[in-house]
Amino acid sequence: MPWRRRASDQSLTREGRIWTLWSVGVVVTFGLPAALLIWIEPLAFPVSAILLGHGIAVLHLQVRRGARGVKAISEASDRAERTAIGLLGDLVGHEARELLAKTGLALERGRLGAWLVGQEGAILVRPGGHRVHCFCVRVGEGEDLPPGDRVAHLLLALREDEEGFATVANRNFSGATWRLRWQLPAEARPALSRASLA
Amino acid sequence: MSRLIRLDRTGHTALARWTAADVASQQAAVEAFRRELDEGMLASTTLPDGSAEVVRELPLDADLVVLRRPIAGG
Repeated sequence: MPWRRRASDQSLTREGRIWTLWSVGVVVTFGLPAALLIWIEPLAFPVSAILLGHGIAVLHLQVRRGARGVKAISEASDRAERTAIGLLGDLVGHEARELLAKTGLALERGRLGAWLVGQEGAILVRPGGHRVHCFCVRVGEGEDLPPGDRVAHLLLALREDEEGFATVANRNFSGATWRLRWQLPAEARPALSRASLA
Repeated sequence: MSRLIRLDRTGHTALARWTAADVASQQAAVEAFRRELDEGMLASTTLPDGSAEVVRELPLDADLVVLRRPIAGG
């Protein structure tokens, strides 16, 4: 993807700030008129509530998109999937194998932070654990692959070239880790906690 | 024994196995490797530090070489 600037530690930090500015913009855009309305006419409270609700919904949808894009793997249901998960287990370390079995996400430590890799995307937890970036990325023509193999594909690509991986992947969301935690399925949350500590 | 595997719809398929002592098995592995690369697969081998490397020639000293498809933004 020559038209995309190669991702780096600095570019991710910059993108994170832009996402934060965007979130603040949404809060101000909907929150300010809501507050103004109540100040002018307290009886306009329902309209203020609708405005506020709209703003919250926009923020909520963005995080949900990030959380759903990753897609954890579930328990193996056929032979191909068992074979794929077996190989994936061999590729990851002991600690990541346990986490994979529990949460369906593969933990991989990199220079940019700790990654949680799923079937169709990855979550990057930045050093310190307070900010996440959600990426949407898939295997080219990979519809026929068992879910475990899709994760193995993405994991290998990530190990080969972490910055290249972050460049190719599309951004879904960047923001505070706690916001993403709310939207992740309960089974996947321990993976986010582990990655935040990594 | 070293292995060349392809990630595919079956989970994975072992395409070749070779040893340092068996030249014929090495040649068969190299041919299988080239065939897969010609079909657009990427080959990856894990390095001692845990990272991986894309290879264009079959590293005969590697334990495991994995063939995978390219990735794309979702």
